[in-house]
Amino acid sequence: MIPTLFMISVLVFIVIQLPPGDFLTTYMNELKAQGEAVDPSKIAFLRAQYGLDDPLYIQYFHWAWGLLHGNLGFSFEYNLPVTEVVGDRLWLSMVLNFSTILFIYVVSFPIGIYSATRQYSWGDYGITLLGFLGLAMPNFLFALILLYYANVVFGTSIGGLMDPQFINAGWSLPKVVSIIEHLWAPVLVIGTSGTAAMIRRLRANLLDELGKQYVVTARAKGLSPMKVLFKYPLRMSLNPFISDIGNILPQVVSGSVLVSVVMSLPTTGPMLLSALQSQDMYLAGSFLMFLALLTVVGMFVSDLLLAWLDPRIRLQGSISQ
Amino acid sequence: MSRHTNDRADEHFVDTQPFDPWDKEELSPEQERYFLASQWKLIWWRLKQHRLAFVSLIILAVMYLAIFIVEFLAPYAQETRDSQNIHHPPQGIHLFADGAFVGPFTYGTDFSVDMETLKPVYTPNPAKINKLRFFCSGDPYEFWGLFKADLHLVCPAKDGTLFLLGTDRLGRDMFSRIIYGARISLTIGLVGIAVSFVLGVLIGGVAGYFGGWVDSCVQRVIEVIRSLPEIPLWMALSAALPVTWSPVLIYFGITIILGLIDWTGLARAVRSKFLALREEDYALAARLTGATPKRIIARHLLPNFASHLIASVTLSIPNMILGETALSFLGLGLRPPVTSWGVLLNEAQNINAVAVYPWLMLPVVPVIIVVLAFNFLGDGLRDAADPYKN
Repeated sequence: MIPTLFMISVLVFIVIQLPPGDFLTTYMNELKAQGEAVDPSKIAFLRAQYGLDDPLYIQYFHWAWGLLHGNLGFSFEYNLPVTEVVGDRLWLSMVLNFSTILFIYVVSFPIGIYSATRQYSWGDYGITLLGFLGLAMPNFLFALILLYYANVVFGTSIGGLMDPQFINAGWSLPKVVSIIEHLWAPVLVIGTSGTAAMIRRLRANLLDELGKQYVVTARAKGLSPMKVLFKYPLRMSLNPFISDIGNILPQVVSGSVLVSVVMSLPTTGPMLLSALQSQDMYLAGSFLMFLALLTVVGMFVSDLLLAWLDPRIRLQGSISQ
Repeated sequence: MSRHTNDRADEHFVDTQPFDPWDKEELSPEQERYFLASQWKLIWWRLKQHRLAFVSLIILAVMYLAIFIVEFLAPYAQETRDSQNIHHPPQGIHLFADGAFVGPFTYGTDFSVDMETLKPVYTPNPAKINKLRFFCSGDPYEFWGLFKADLHLVCPAKDGTLFLLGTDRLGRDMFSRIIYGARISLTIGLVGIAVSFVLGVLIGGVAGYFGGWVDSCVQRVIEVIRSLPEIPLWMALSAALPVTWSPVLIYFGITIILGLIDWTGLARAVRSKFLALREEDYALAARLTGATPKRIIARHLLPNFASHLIASVTLSIPNMILGETALSFLGLGLRPPVTSWGVLLNEAQNINAVAVYPWLMLPVVPVIIVVLAFNFLGDGLRDAADPYKN
């Protein structure tokens, strides 16, 4: 995990260095465009302060060293340390992504079992069709449509992640309740695409297991259908379910960025977009780093879960050839 | 032992039919056709049996053929603006007027403004019957930028309009723009997949064939790229594309970005296949006869799972199309005047579009159709990829 994170940080740093020029040239151009005088000594001071004339690898170490100490750098657009600009966004992002994963699991689990045990029934076909539609529908458009219809049908505004009066308020119970009330819409939107894939995978795995001989034997012995299903086949097909988080998580994080922009949620998404557009690179870099961290830690947790769930998985040694 | 058999020991059953040594070997013509068919032929037959996949294949084939002649198919030119008909709702095509058959026509519309909402209102006027013209000369265009022409499959009547899917805020026909957008949206996936295919096969092949430290390095890199969420990375990379680039350069930039991140899945598949296949006897035989690794990979190993590769490539094209749509929607991808489905959807970005001009969201329909078709086709191909497995 540590080497992975190191490589990711290098990659992110390269990405944020890619745009031509740096923030100071952008900043100077902006000032010039506004007709303000640019004090060369101030620019020189800033350049020195942020080490912009150092070789790239030294700049990288500055940045990475800061990251390790919780210093995310300085946002030039807001003229504030990144930590202050970001505020609650990171937490809310985590809440959003975590709830989405939970939603995907909770929804796809029973549906997957249903469509595997009733293969080729109308229910199975219907669910498969819905799943494919969820897969093919671009998230952002679904978000827009949902925003509109929630407004028309329920008369509520589901944009944002909390009621307006809580936005700058401190944390309190009503605020949490308000967040939960708003959370369902983005979770639903982001979740749909992942759910479809998950249902299909669980269905396929379970079907594989259900065709095996031990299931036939169990059934022949007269075990109740429920017990036949739950005792072994389900547990076997759970493995990919957990390990699949490695595929689902980056997808969910991606989706949440996009949907957050459309629904203007106070998460990392919209700010990442604006940071990228204004070349506020430290801010963008921190967000990218954070999103990557989220997925890497998520995968790590899923590995642990898998090892705990399935005693056959060994953590040491190599696979036998 | 019974007496009975002893007595008749030399008596046994003799078949009176003439003996034909090829009796068992001979195949019916149908069987022979099946047994002699090449692998690709078998795959094709398999695929044809998968009805959904086959229908998807036909739909995609029609769409991809259509992008060669979009100028001819679209009733209007890409940038034709009708300032009289801004945000015009979709017009239906009628066949009968007052119970009499007149052939396909549209009703002309009268323009008024809803004084309460200031929204343009177009009411169909039954008195104005605008018969459609076929194979007619309409808006002039440059066919693929090569030569000037003005032949269209269908055009509106001389003074009439034909807005099958309505018009946008500049009075441009949505239907024509969606057809033009197909050229970009459908090819961006292909070019992107070409980049990712080359990278994936090359890197995965090298990793799988040589193994050892090369393999573990590649594995680490793949792990890192896979753990990065795609869209933020795409966003960051496309934000890095210089604003001064021409639309064509941006187009290639975007496809390369899409491909650069997508190759990992393919590389993994290729690698695991190679790990298994390089141990096969024929690979060893090739090595012993002195074939170079390049030759062994390209001539002996790759053809073995080419069909699997094609299936998995098919399944990752829709991802690219959706990616382009998302990037363009956010304003980080293609920019006007380049027209893709994502660029068109960018105009439907606000709630206003959903509430008042819902037809601006119609470009999503072809996106959904294409993504679904590629998914079904990929599923079918994956099933058909191994025709020797029953």
